[in-house]
Amino acid sequence: MDCAQAKPLLDAYCDGELSAGEAAGVEQHVRACAKCRARVEAQRALSSAVRRHATYHGAPDTLRARLRRELPTETTLAGARRSWRQIGAGLAAGVVATLAAQVLWMRHAGDGALTAEIVADHVRSLQANHLADVASTDQHTVKPWFAGKLDYSPPVRDLRSEGFPLEGGRLDHVDGRDVAALIYRRHQHVINVFVWPDTGASAPAALSRDGYNLLHWTQDGMHWWAVSELNAAELQEFVHALRTPAPAG
Amino acid sequence: MSDSTKARRFEQITAPHLDAAYNLARWLTRDPHDAQDVVQEAYLRALRYFDSFRGDNGKSWLLSIVRNTFYTWLEQNPRHDAADNHIPLPAEGVEIADPAGEPAETWLARLEDQRLVRAALEGLPSEFREVLVLRELEDLSYKEIAAVTDIPIGTVMSRLSRARRLLRAELEKLDGGRH
Repeated sequence: MDCAQAKPLLDAYCDGELSAGEAAGVEQHVRACAKCRARVEAQRALSSAVRRHATYHGAPDTLRARLRRELPTETTLAGARRSWRQIGAGLAAGVVATLAAQVLWMRHAGDGALTAEIVADHVRSLQANHLADVASTDQHTVKPWFAGKLDYSPPVRDLRSEGFPLEGGRLDHVDGRDVAALIYRRHQHVINVFVWPDTGASAPAALSRDGYNLLHWTQDGMHWWAVSELNAAELQEFVHALRTPAPAG
Repeated sequence: MSDSTKARRFEQITAPHLDAAYNLARWLTRDPHDAQDVVQEAYLRALRYFDSFRGDNGKSWLLSIVRNTFYTWLEQNPRHDAADNHIPLPAEGVEIADPAGEPAETWLARLEDQRLVRAALEGLPSEFREVLVLRELEDLSYKEIAAVTDIPIGTVMSRLSRARRLLRAELEKLDGGRH
């Protein structure tokens, strides 16, 4: 394969969308061609920049409330048609569906079993006097501690200046795999953060269980769960700080 | 299918994708209020067409409705036309100047500037913006993007490639001081 053949395939190559045969051909060419190698690296850098910088706009609560209010149930169909700012064709006459609207538009908790497991891990970490395997407020101590214990490197940042000091890290077990648990504190409350690799992107979804508040989201190749007995607003604030890129320098 | 079964199925299939629906609508309309209008209309349409949903991929089915709803909305709200696309739509077949082969060019350095990356993506014509959002933010496969945008997979590939070329060219051009 030469440059002229490889070049139109480079996007699909980086996206993992080529057949095995084509991918092997491109790979062979890229290994031999410095110019195409630079193109591949540039393409990966562009993808990564879009993923990191372009905001993932999660549905706002006002939209959830609107759908809860406006999406027709059998009895509110007529009302919904009046109040909905119609764009395009209106609702087809005769659409009748009884939606369990209140349940439907609650934030989806995802897997209930996973939620239970995260809460159980959090509770165990508090009870067993086994909060941290590595107790340190220094991110440069905590992050390397995971090296060799996990097949990935969890992002670790101290958030002391935001009011959530890092306390350490722990190896924990979630969903059948070893994961990094990071421990933060807000006053007397412990926040456990579980993080493991995942693809995609999702905005933080909030839920609560057994009196604990949780938020989970996917960002920059990692799936995150934050759990604490801290109130929901402060936990949101914590997650916001965690998701905000560290200031440069 | 009874109404309650239908309601349950509709919930299972559409509710988990509300964030994705809003994200796509938000990037297409470039306005939080318009995006909410589009998503709400899309969910009403989805409910209306739900009996004809046969596929196994609820996400691409729902996103295709969000996308179609957006284009209907765009026709009816002409003030939101191409004026918002500060990057003009290149004519079909016209080669886009592509700095990709020149790694030393400034566009690579500008990838670290969050504001510039966002501005460049926002300025793309919608047919390029949508494939990038579906690929990079929703992580959809080419096959899924083809289903959402109703174009062949080969066209998805070339359009994504053109979209990225446009994005690079725009980043190259965007002035660091521009707002």
